[in-house]
Amino acid sequence: MARAVTTNRKLANTAVAWIIGLLIFFPILWTILTSFKTEAQAIANPPIFLRFDWTLENYAIVQERSDYMRFLWNSVILAGASTVLGIIVAVPAAWSMAFVPSKRTKDILLWMLSTKMLPAVGVLYPIYLLFIQLGLLDSRVGLVVVLMLINLPIIVWMLYTYFREIPGEILEAARMDGATLRDEILYVLTPMAIPGIASTLLLNFILAWNEAFWTLNLTSVDAAPLTAFIASYSSPEGLFFAKLSAASTMAIAPILILGWFSQKQLVRGLTFGAVK
Amino acid sequence: MGRIVLEKVTKSFGDVNVIPPLDLEIDDGEFVVFVGPSGCGKSTLLRLIAGLEDVTSGAITIDGTDATDLPPAKRRLAMVFQSYALYPHMTVRKNIAFPMKMAGVPDDEQKRRIDGAAKALNLTDYLDRRPGQLSGGQRQRVAIGRAIVREPAAFLFDEPLSNLDAALRVGMRLEISELHERLATTMVYVTHDQVEAMTMADKIVVLRAGNIEQVGSPLELYRTPSNLFVAGFIGSPRMNFIEGNAASQHGAATIGIRPEHIEVSDTSGDWTGTVSVSEHLGSDTFFHVHGTGLAESMTVRASGEVGFKHGDTIHMTPRADMMHRFDGQGLRVQ
Repeated sequence: MARAVTTNRKLANTAVAWIIGLLIFFPILWTILTSFKTEAQAIANPPIFLRFDWTLENYAIVQERSDYMRFLWNSVILAGASTVLGIIVAVPAAWSMAFVPSKRTKDILLWMLSTKMLPAVGVLYPIYLLFIQLGLLDSRVGLVVVLMLINLPIIVWMLYTYFREIPGEILEAARMDGATLRDEILYVLTPMAIPGIASTLLLNFILAWNEAFWTLNLTSVDAAPLTAFIASYSSPEGLFFAKLSAASTMAIAPILILGWFSQKQLVRGLTFGAVK
Repeated sequence: MGRIVLEKVTKSFGDVNVIPPLDLEIDDGEFVVFVGPSGCGKSTLLRLIAGLEDVTSGAITIDGTDATDLPPAKRRLAMVFQSYALYPHMTVRKNIAFPMKMAGVPDDEQKRRIDGAAKALNLTDYLDRRPGQLSGGQRQRVAIGRAIVREPAAFLFDEPLSNLDAALRVGMRLEISELHERLATTMVYVTHDQVEAMTMADKIVVLRAGNIEQVGSPLELYRTPSNLFVAGFIGSPRMNFIEGNAASQHGAATIGIRPEHIEVSDTSGDWTGTVSVSEHLGSDTFFHVHGTGLAESMTVRASGEVGFKHGDTIHMTPRADMMHRFDGQGLRVQ
């Protein structure tokens, strides 16, 4: 009988997991579906699930009205550059905290995380003024730096956790084997931390891609990424639900596809250390 | 060549003094074992020699060169770690090649040395596997192989057998001893297991709280332990200690007698007690004896099979020439 109980429990777990998964995915699915409806069907009550007249009209209008590729390109540049810059800053930081910790290491880590506890709008005013002073408003450079800085605590934390999983004795063995600090980093630590570094890169790229608060407030035209592209379709007046959905679908499609292809790597990296 | 000299070496972590001033000489080709209970500073001492920790004061000389401030890589020492510390992302071949790659040894020479080490350590069939696909014993062999190919001035072993099961440990112990015979290179070996120390060492260094309690050959330590600590630590089962009247009769504060130096009889003897547990190993029989009025419990080792059972009265006579006497400070009385 023990076996039957296990099977039942497995079935129940699977069902619950599916329900939670579908609940989480539903808004995205609804957005995608809505993007193929007419504006009238999009706000129909009761809502129409699948039996509507499928149309590509919204996509055509969106593409006609705004230059999707330019927003996409900005998103790629902003997310990519801020991620690479973040990794370059975070690797040495996480390194020293994981392998040469001082008395204050824990405090510094907590302090870094505490910056994420402050609502972003709390520092909007000073950053906005800084941007005006430095002439960085609506520039990619300025936004790359801001995106890098806001995600830096998370990157450092993640890398710190991965590095901590690497036994210090292996690095000591490398030192005994004649490796310089550079050799140690290049041949031993980095290859061992690759799953962690890769998932950090991916996660940070996704976070930067979806960042809306700063991109909306600090850009207007030149540096505006896809989040600004979506926002331009949200309007208090008029019927724009279907077009907004089409824009949203176009904006999330690249990151969704990236996430889909890298999910193995992402899951492996995020559970690194938990399952050995 | 691998002569290592430590002069007035100290090590503190913050306010905690782990190694008080310590002097030690390790001769070329010697197999030296640091032994002591956990926390006695034996691993720290090894790491100081390796250069993985910096000395707080004092000097370390390797082959006449002052190595005190040299980085680990420059000391020409190879180390085998308790956790093996293999590079998990490299094959066995690459693991063994790594120190040679760092030293810029030419490829054909690398290959020759890898093949030699693999043959000596029975690893030839495993060269293209990764450490994760090997058993504990094989991993430890790879770690030793990685140490051998460097042709170091000395090998440092940090409890290399602790992670292996008992049977494998005995086998690897022999292999390491044979390796030492063949290479005749200095080996410094850290263990908490006094059996490893006794069986492998040319010279044992007994440590307690960072202090050297005694340095000597295994048999010197066994026969003439310089204090109570060494007497109790070396030898298995542990030496029996007796205080009080029985000790003062021999002009000592404490007398010590090893379990194997007590004759047993069912009729007469100097001391009498009751057997509480008897352990029959076939080759030997161990008795744990209570109620002697000398010590809470005494251990006796009789050769071969001896048939005392729980509750039996046992008579014991210590061999007078094998009695160890210690004064009030616990130091040996000659």
